[in-house]
Amino acid sequence: MSMKTRNKILVCSEAFDAATEYRALQGGACSDGACAIFVGSVRDFNDGNDIRGLALEHYPGMTEKSLDGIVADARARWPLGRVSLLHRVGSMQINDEIVFVGVTSPHRQAAFAACQYIMDRLKTEAPFWKRETIHSDGVTKERWVEARDSDREAAGSWA
Amino acid sequence: MIRVLFFASLREQLGTGEMRLDDFSGDIAALRESLCGERPEWRQYLASDPIRTALNQVLVGADATVADGDEVAFFPPVTGG
Repeated sequence: MSMKTRNKILVCSEAFDAATEYRALQGGACSDGACAIFVGSVRDFNDGNDIRGLALEHYPGMTEKSLDGIVADARARWPLGRVSLLHRVGSMQINDEIVFVGVTSPHRQAAFAACQYIMDRLKTEAPFWKRETIHSDGVTKERWVEARDSDREAAGSWA
Repeated sequence: MIRVLFFASLREQLGTGEMRLDDFSGDIAALRESLCGERPEWRQYLASDPIRTALNQVLVGADATVADGDEVAFFPPVTGG
């Protein structure tokens, strides 16, 4: 199977269905007994604020290149079968799924590690920016989410 | 010609997402100085320490050389996922 069919990397403005993505991963990977998945969703609370919605901006072109590179690096570290990496952009509601990372492998350790590695690098390298709509003291306003030191440290731990 | 892009909070602070420059040569640091020289009100945002730079859609440092036809982007630390 070519690399093209083994990778599904998508920046999408519409919702994806995690169950469908799992079946696509698992269905074609007969020699891989392990599948690890991470799904990130829009939460309703952040830094003490009531979150009402989220918008995600990206850098068309660079974002896709960045995700391609992260997946290629994961493949160089672990024996992976299929890799799916989907990330929403645009306007989103509470509980919407933002990101899906799924990998298959003959070994569970490799599947877990690769899934975490892809997320850790995505959080610090892939050009996406979150803008939250927050409700506080009866007022609704928007603000850009600040990057976290803990994310930089997590990504640095793989170097 | 060089295409310069700004994203997210930086785009809002500068009030523009894209500009084109003719006749520039130098590195990323020199490009930033040139932009801030022409628009002093940009300096507090564009010369801010956490601002990242990409050259032709690859993250680079301030010493990367910019050539005619390149695409340069400035943006705040990323917050996806």
